[in-house]
Amino acid sequence: MSMAELNNENVLKALTDAFGDALLHSEMQFGMLNVEIPADRNLDIIGWLKSNESLKMEFLTDLCAVHYPEQKGRELAVVYHLHSWTRNYRMRIKCFVSAQKPEIASLTGLYNAANWMERETFDFYGVQFSGHPDLRRILNMDEMDYHPLLKQYALEDETRDDKDDSFFGR
Amino acid sequence: MVKMVEAPEGVEGQGFFATSLDKVIGMARANSLWPLPFATSCCGIEFMATMGANYDLARFGSERLSFSPRQADLLMVMGTIAKKMGPVLKQVYDQMAEPKWVIAVGACASSGGIFDTYSVLQGIDRIIPVDVYVPGCPPRPEQIIEGVMKIQDLARNESLRRRNSDEYKKMLESYNIETQ
Repeated sequence: MSMAELNNENVLKALTDAFGDALLHSEMQFGMLNVEIPADRNLDIIGWLKSNESLKMEFLTDLCAVHYPEQKGRELAVVYHLHSWTRNYRMRIKCFVSAQKPEIASLTGLYNAANWMERETFDFYGVQFSGHPDLRRILNMDEMDYHPLLKQYALEDETRDDKDDSFFGR
Repeated sequence: MVKMVEAPEGVEGQGFFATSLDKVIGMARANSLWPLPFATSCCGIEFMATMGANYDLARFGSERLSFSPRQADLLMVMGTIAKKMGPVLKQVYDQMAEPKWVIAVGACASSGGIFDTYSVLQGIDRIIPVDVYVPGCPPRPEQIIEGVMKIQDLARNESLRRRNSDEYKKMLESYNIETQ
């Protein structure tokens, strides 16, 4: 790939040329390229994006999860936001894992920034990042026994007994 | 102009003044409350204004902030207390010496406020006893001063034996706070 300016089309083409069938789905959202890849390919595809001379996605802007309880077998999306400082380009990578076995390889070997972000994603969604050096809660209290942003858990504090639902339109 | 506190009720004669110990100590305590500001959010900013020259909490004998709980009389909790912060707050309260008072400033410290969520303590009275609640989100400095004045009333009129009473000990035990 030449050193022409990166855009969604030529990045998607570079990815397709390199990985072909491993790209399960791709779309543009708000002008940004989104690519879904199999959860067990995250290390080699993101590693390639980072090390490829013409892409150099060397910055992990964000790492988070989304819970889609209605998507059976692929309830949890792990989302990686990548940024290429040198080529001025951003994109998103998504991997889906099941709620029963929410396991995915840790990116800490590629990006040091992944360390705390994976801890946070584990804390709130229970995603197990295998290979993470220290996967324990980071924001919630250590005694918490569930992952609060999974949608089966109430967002509100459940210890209150002074709330009259009729005041809240419920 | 320096304004002196009026002497408590008593019997006065030439060269002597007699009153009850409760009243003298209450007067002294009420006019030299050392606050420990536990400020975690916007109510803390209002407290900074309260301490500043415009509102001037020093007029009430409370200009000496104590950042060591061991020397503080009044714990002022100003702001949202996350559940993770709860044990820290409780330890600060534990470290204060008796007599001690607690004021919950603002909606969050009083009830969790708008943060009705799994991660936020729904009022600090879930973990420590509170003497005065100041409503508001955040309350104005005048309201915080009113709260401090209520604490002054409590300190002024408190019986010296109150902290030794069974009732008080039971109250602390209900919060799982060890009594001396």
